[in-house]
Amino acid sequence: MEKPFAITLDVGSSLANHTGAWRVERPVYVDLTPPCAHACPAMEDPQKWLYAAEDGSYEQAWRTLVEANPFPAIMGRVCYHPCETACNRSFLDEAVGINAVERFLGDHAIEQGWALPVPATTTGRRVLVVGAGPTGLSAAYQLRRLGHEVTVRDTSPLPGGMMRYGIPAYRLPRDVLDAEIARIVATGVRLELSTRVDDMTAALAEGFDAVFVAVGAQIGKRAYVPAAEAARIVDAVSLLHDVAQGDPPLLGRRVVVYGGGNTAVDAARTAKRLGASESVIVYRRTRDRMPAHDSEMAEAIEEGVVVKWLSTVAHADAGHLRVERMELDETGFPQPTGEFEDLEADSLVLALGQETDLSLLDGVSDLTLTNGSVEVDSSFMTGHPGIFAGGDAVPAQRTVTVGVGHGAKAARAIDAWLRATALVEPDEAPLAEYAALNTWYYADAPHAVRPRLEAARRTTGFEEVVQGLDAETAAYEARRCMSCGNCFECDNCYGVCPDNAVIKLGTGKRFEIDYDYCKGCGICAAECPSGSILMVPETR
Amino acid sequence: MSSTGVKFYQVGSFAVGNRLLDPELRSAQSEQGRANSLTSGHRACQGCGEALGARYVLDAAMRAAQGRMVTVNATGCLEVFSTPYPETSWRVAWLHSLFGNAPAVATGVAAGLRATGKDDVRVVAQGGDGATVDIGFACLSGMFERNDDVLYICYDNGGYMNTGVQRSGATPPAARTTTTQAVGDEPGNVFGQGKDVPRIAVAHEIPYVATATVADLRDLEAKVDKAMGMHGARYLHVLVPCPLGWGSASKDTVKIARLATESGHFPVFEAERGEVTSVRKIRHQVPVEEYLTLQGRYKHLFSPVRRDDVIDRLQAMADRNIARYGLVEEVL
Repeated sequence: MEKPFAITLDVGSSLANHTGAWRVERPVYVDLTPPCAHACPAMEDPQKWLYAAEDGSYEQAWRTLVEANPFPAIMGRVCYHPCETACNRSFLDEAVGINAVERFLGDHAIEQGWALPVPATTTGRRVLVVGAGPTGLSAAYQLRRLGHEVTVRDTSPLPGGMMRYGIPAYRLPRDVLDAEIARIVATGVRLELSTRVDDMTAALAEGFDAVFVAVGAQIGKRAYVPAAEAARIVDAVSLLHDVAQGDPPLLGRRVVVYGGGNTAVDAARTAKRLGASESVIVYRRTRDRMPAHDSEMAEAIEEGVVVKWLSTVAHADAGHLRVERMELDETGFPQPTGEFEDLEADSLVLALGQETDLSLLDGVSDLTLTNGSVEVDSSFMTGHPGIFAGGDAVPAQRTVTVGVGHGAKAARAIDAWLRATALVEPDEAPLAEYAALNTWYYADAPHAVRPRLEAARRTTGFEEVVQGLDAETAAYEARRCMSCGNCFECDNCYGVCPDNAVIKLGTGKRFEIDYDYCKGCGICAAECPSGSILMVPETR
Repeated sequence: MSSTGVKFYQVGSFAVGNRLLDPELRSAQSEQGRANSLTSGHRACQGCGEALGARYVLDAAMRAAQGRMVTVNATGCLEVFSTPYPETSWRVAWLHSLFGNAPAVATGVAAGLRATGKDDVRVVAQGGDGATVDIGFACLSGMFERNDDVLYICYDNGGYMNTGVQRSGATPPAARTTTTQAVGDEPGNVFGQGKDVPRIAVAHEIPYVATATVADLRDLEAKVDKAMGMHGARYLHVLVPCPLGWGSASKDTVKIARLATESGHFPVFEAERGEVTSVRKIRHQVPVEEYLTLQGRYKHLFSPVRRDDVIDRLQAMADRNIARYGLVEEVL
């Protein structure tokens, strides 16, 4: 073609100019571990199911959740939510109400009648789970999903373990408990109730390929309290158990609970509901050293439970107690002062910890028992091949959530053992730190507080104290998630690139860097709200 | 911000897009098939605010004009880095004449289109602050005065960056450029000179004047949409940080623009026919120092000797903007 004067080249696009050659650092998309997932003892990844809940895909959210934990409605009521304690949003305004959304999903699933997945094939392997508490049921559910035949045996007439016989109904209504357990049974788990396993060797001889011991800690620890014959003393575990069975003991008008854990608080709040006008917790240390969770304690105090700090019970008599004042020494250990006072009390409830009955393991070789717990390795296997243990029966924090996590982890280990393969736990990605987020982009949104029953109304019965969220509030709460360390497709990188070097792949497919043109300026990484783009040195 | 009514809690209307937003509420920049008016391969520096701002503005204008649009470009960085012969980065009808005549050329284009009956084709003119505030100022003022049907965009990076960072009429006080060195008792650019062209444009009482930054895309797009929905002379002044001239990290371009507005240093407002009609309120107010310390052009205010007297004067300027435009939400 004839060109005009002084023109020698055709017009071309700047696309011929690969500016990517300028780059000394390249942006890469990463998926980091959000702090909520890192903190969850039950190995849930809350961010994943919150993501689904954000657009109202509640069933998908629930299905993602129950891959790790079959008890969202229970968790949403009794879990002490370490995920919220770890939540990065707490540095911005308030932590995301993960637990409330979990409860909403759990309740919604029960309403909708969603079922847990049933395995397509069976392996023909048989596993016995001893104990139908959170640990045992979690293991049974996971083993069943992996295709094994599972039998759960429990001495009690109803399943649930401490979820039924330890946690009061005002915290965990029994219809919720029943519904979530029934769903596990429906996957084909065989439940044998009122059946005591007291001889492990005999049980193994029945043809089980592996056993998981999840017997819990159901015996109230005995402590010597000097007492007169006529003094009325009950232990907290029995009290809660009897109340759960509909056979509450007579405690009288003035009840003193001795101990500082969650069980002590449960017992004190239960005593109030049984009609006690005075419910006093006697604890030998101070509040900051109390093992009971703050939220439980706060609710108890709202209900009128009184605590006598730095006190021990020296002597129990009919109608009154002698209490000794304590002092913390420099190591924080309480020491007696020799100062006494009298406290009126119709009954004394001992909540001084729980122990495990491991007599079923008598005669089993190669086991190590320490302080009433059975020692296990990192795969929850005891010294005896094929016998695994978890939950309160092994040394660990004793909560429902920890138990569920033990069950799930042990199930994976048992599965690997049955298949004679090595258990490969995937490496956890680095933690998504708050400092890596660009929080400018998150709208200011307060925490949706769960409505509560009035404290006055609460102590008159065993109706549930904390109410749930409605669907709209649950979505609102889910949308407060900042998606720490994982792309949530906000289009910021795609928008802020001065070189059009970010390719938008479409909904659900995220983005890709076009390294032909990316100059490595780093704006995409700096402006990524969730901190899921890293700049790494170019290695050419 | 104030112009979008999206009640959306996760990222509100701050981020470019979000999968949960209704498609009609999404920004032009979030669209997979956006115009990409200024495409890849251009030779702007890493982290160039002007390249980003030009794509933001023109993509939104192209969406509003449904592709029926002619652009006229003044001389400057934007022209040089986008069209080194024989390449072009423009995917819009694009015309360049001289440094100082872009508003006049745009006037001519608009008149020509009108004369040939192509009333639906819109005209957008654009240039840097040198072309707008200094060299093309007479043409611009004339275009305003005649109320020609042109949307004029000024990308303000506060200097002649393309030719080696010389001072312009838009260079802020105390900033170092190669012609306002950081020496003497009053280092950097002097106080009290320079031109506030958005206010001068408002004084022309033209149909629409607005300021914006590359840190608030939705606000920027809303203003382009509004301007494109009107006829007559319209003026949009966009703050575009320049890593080269400002001595800032390339990754900080958007952050610095954000701090410019959050400190009150750069007021973001809209005016119609001589009256200010809305302002973008400061969301999290910061001292102007936070804006200054990220930029090498203000380094002499902090070392070797900290110049509190100068910093205070810059803060006083920001405070004056805050008071003048009511940038801080009044707490009742």
